[in-house]
Amino acid sequence: MANVEKDLISGQNTTGHEWDGIKELDTPLPKWWVYIFWASILWSIGYFVLYPSIPFLKSYTKGYFNYSSRDELAKDLAVQAQQRGKWLADFQGKEVGEIAKDQGLLRYAMAGGKAAFNENCAPCHGVGGGGSLGFANLTDDEWIWGGKLEDIQQTIAYGIRSGHEKARFAEMTKFGVEGVLKPAEIDQVADYVLGLSSGKGDANAPGAQIFTDNCVACHGEGGVGMRETGAPALNNAIFTHIKGDKTSIALQVSNPQHGVMPAWADRLGAETVKMLAIYVHSLGGGEK
Amino acid sequence: MTQATYMDAAPYQDDLVKKFVLAATFWGIVGFLVGVVIASQLAFPALNLGLEWTSFGRLRPVHTSAVIFAFGGNVLFATTFFVVQRTCKVGLYGGAALGGFVFYAFQALIVVAATTYVLGITQGKEYAEPEWFGDLFLTVIWVVYLITFVGTLYKRREPHIYVANWFFLAMIVTIALLHLGNNLAIPTGFFGGSWLKSYNIYAGVQDAMTQWWYGHNAVGFFLTAGFLGIMYYFVPKRAERPVYSYRLSIVHFWALIFLYIWAGPHHLHYTALPDWAQTLGMAFSVMLWMPSWGGMINGLMTLSGAWEKLRTDPVIRFLVTSIGFYGMSTFEGPAMSIKAVNSLSHYTDWTVGHVHSGALGWVAFVSFGALYYLVPVLWKRERLYSMRLVSYHFWIATIGIVLYITAMWVSGIMQGLMWRAYDDLGFLQYSFIETVAAMHPYYVIRAMGGVLFLVGALIMAYNFIQTILGNMRDEVPYEATGYVLARG
Repeated sequence: MANVEKDLISGQNTTGHEWDGIKELDTPLPKWWVYIFWASILWSIGYFVLYPSIPFLKSYTKGYFNYSSRDELAKDLAVQAQQRGKWLADFQGKEVGEIAKDQGLLRYAMAGGKAAFNENCAPCHGVGGGGSLGFANLTDDEWIWGGKLEDIQQTIAYGIRSGHEKARFAEMTKFGVEGVLKPAEIDQVADYVLGLSSGKGDANAPGAQIFTDNCVACHGEGGVGMRETGAPALNNAIFTHIKGDKTSIALQVSNPQHGVMPAWADRLGAETVKMLAIYVHSLGGGEK
Repeated sequence: MTQATYMDAAPYQDDLVKKFVLAATFWGIVGFLVGVVIASQLAFPALNLGLEWTSFGRLRPVHTSAVIFAFGGNVLFATTFFVVQRTCKVGLYGGAALGGFVFYAFQALIVVAATTYVLGITQGKEYAEPEWFGDLFLTVIWVVYLITFVGTLYKRREPHIYVANWFFLAMIVTIALLHLGNNLAIPTGFFGGSWLKSYNIYAGVQDAMTQWWYGHNAVGFFLTAGFLGIMYYFVPKRAERPVYSYRLSIVHFWALIFLYIWAGPHHLHYTALPDWAQTLGMAFSVMLWMPSWGGMINGLMTLSGAWEKLRTDPVIRFLVTSIGFYGMSTFEGPAMSIKAVNSLSHYTDWTVGHVHSGALGWVAFVSFGALYYLVPVLWKRERLYSMRLVSYHFWIATIGIVLYITAMWVSGIMQGLMWRAYDDLGFLQYSFIETVAAMHPYYVIRAMGGVLFLVGALIMAYNFIQTILGNMRDEVPYEATGYVLARG
C-alpha cells in the first residue's frame, strides 16, 4: 500500500486508499463487538435446537421443548376458561333472578357482563350504556320493552326487529307516507306530542283529538307508553330515534325510523346473555 | 490533484443532483404534512371530513409513500449520484440523458401513485401499494438507475470501490429483487374485470410472508443500507476525519446484507406462519443487532478527534444524532422481534413509535445532514444562508421526535397491557373501545411532535431558498470552543 499514513489522533495507520479526500483507518474490530456478535450467533443456534426451526418438505424439527404456538394459545385459553369455570357450573343451572340474589354469582355475572357489554354493546349504546341518537339509553328507568331482569334478558337474547322468530317486534304506521294523516294534521299532532313531552299536554289543542284517534291505541292514554306494543312513552322528554323537537316529531309521525337490535343468544351463548341482562339491569334503571 | 482537474476531465452531473435535492425537500414537506394530517385524524376523527378521498385509510399510504419513496428516494438519488461520481472520479454513466429520465419518470411515478391511492386504487400491500402499472413503471426506472450506477462504477478512475458505493449497490440490487418478488400480480382485466385492479399470485400466509419479506427489507435495504451509504460519505467529509475502521465496514456490510434478508418473519409472530419460520425471523433479527451496530460504531467513531465540531457545526449535530437514533432503533428492533416482547408490542403503537424513531431520527436526520452539506456545494455558495437556522431546525425537530416516540411508547405499552389484562374471574378487563379512549391524549401529543418536525423542515426549506438565491444571513458565526468558554 503506497500511501499508508499514521493518523496522529488515533495512532492508527490508514489503509492507503483515498476517495474524494476520504481516507480509512486500519482499526481492528472492537473486541466487545466481536464477542457480542458471536454470543448472538451461539444463542441463535441454541434457540434453533430448543425450538421449531429446520423445515423439511412436509414437516419441520419441533425442537427439544416440542413447542407450538398453537398449543401455547390453547393453554392460555384453558387457564382463563378454568378460572371462569369455577363459577360457571353454579351459574348454568340458575335463572337470572336467583343469580341476582347470590352475592358470589352476582359478582361473577357483573364482571362477565361488563366485559361482554363493552365489547359487544358499547359500540352502539356507549361505554356505561348512556346511549346516543338512535340507540337507547340503558341507564334510565325508561324502558320500551320492559326493565325487569327477564325482560332485558329476552331483549338481549332475541333482539328487536332482528329477524329472529322470538324477536321483539313493533312497527309504527307511516301516518304521512301512507296518507293516513294530512300534513296539517301531522303538524297539529306533533305540536300536541311536543306539549306532552314537556309536561304541558293541552287537551283542547287541535292535535289532542287526532292523538286520541290514531296514537292512543298503541301509546296509551296520555301517551304513557305500552310495553305490550313496544310503543314508547311520549309523556317525557326521552326520545331514542329523534332529537325531540317539533320537526323531528312530525317527521317521525310521517315516516317513522325504527332501530334494529341484533339477537345475541346464538352469538354469545345463553350464559353470557344472562350476565349481560344482570349487568344492564344494574346500570341504573332496572325494575324489580 | 484538485477537484477542478477532475472536473475538467469528467464533468460531474451536478445539475441532476440539484434537481433531486429540490425534489427531496419538496416531497419531504408534503410527506410530513400528510403525516401531521393523519396523526390528527387519529386524535380527532372528524378531520377525515367524511370524504372517502381524505379518509385515514387512503391518506396513510400517501404519507408512507411520500416520506419513504418520494422524500427518501429523492435523497438517495441525489446522494448516490453525487457520491458515486466523486468517489469514482468520473461523470455519471449515461450522463444527463439517463439521469434526467430517472428524475422526471420518478417524479411522475410519485404523482401517479399518490393520485391512485386517493382514488382508492391500490394493491393493499403495505409500502407496495401502487397497482401493477405503477410497479412496471418503477421497474423501468429502477433498471435505468442500476445501469447508470453500475456503469459509473465500471468506468471509475479509482482502483477500489468506496464503501458507500457497496451499500448503495446493495440497496439498488436488493430493492429490484424485492420489488419484483413481491409485486407479481395479474390484472383482473385479463378476465373481464377492471384494468385498474390486480391480484397477487400468492395467497394466504404465503402472501403475508412475501409481503413482509418485502416490507422488512424495504426498511433494511432502502432505509438502512442506502442511508448507511450516505453516512459513509457525508460523516467523514463533514468531520474531516478518516473512517474509523475499514475492517469493520467490510465485516458489518456483509453480515448486515446476509442477515437482514431473513428477518421478515418477525412481522408475523403468533400468526398462521409456521413456527419454524417465526423462529427463523426472530433468531436472524437478534443476530442482526451487532452488524447494525457496526455501522453505528463506524459512524460515531469517525467523529473521534472531531467531537468539538458538534459545538460549532449544527450539520454535524444532525449527522451524529441520526447515528444515535440508528443505534437505538437497531437495538429496539431485535428486542421487539423476540417473541415474548412481541406478544406485548405487536399491533400496538409501540411498533409505530419504533418505526418513527428510525424514520425520523435516523433516515430523515441523516438526510437533512446530507442536504445541508449538498446545497452550498452544489450551488457553489460560500456557506448556507444561516447556520443558526440549522440549529433551530435541529432542536425543534429533535423535540418533535422525542414527543412522538415517547408518546407512542407509553401509548403502545399501555395498549398492549390493556389488551392482555384479565380480571381475577378470568374475564377481559378492558374492551377495545376503552383502549382506544385511553390512547387519545398520546395521539394528541404525537400529532404535536409531528407539527414540530414539519416546522423544522419548513425552516430548512427557507434556508435552502435563501442559500440558492445567494443570500447570507448577517449572524454571529459559531466560534471555536476555547473562545466561547473564555468569553463565558
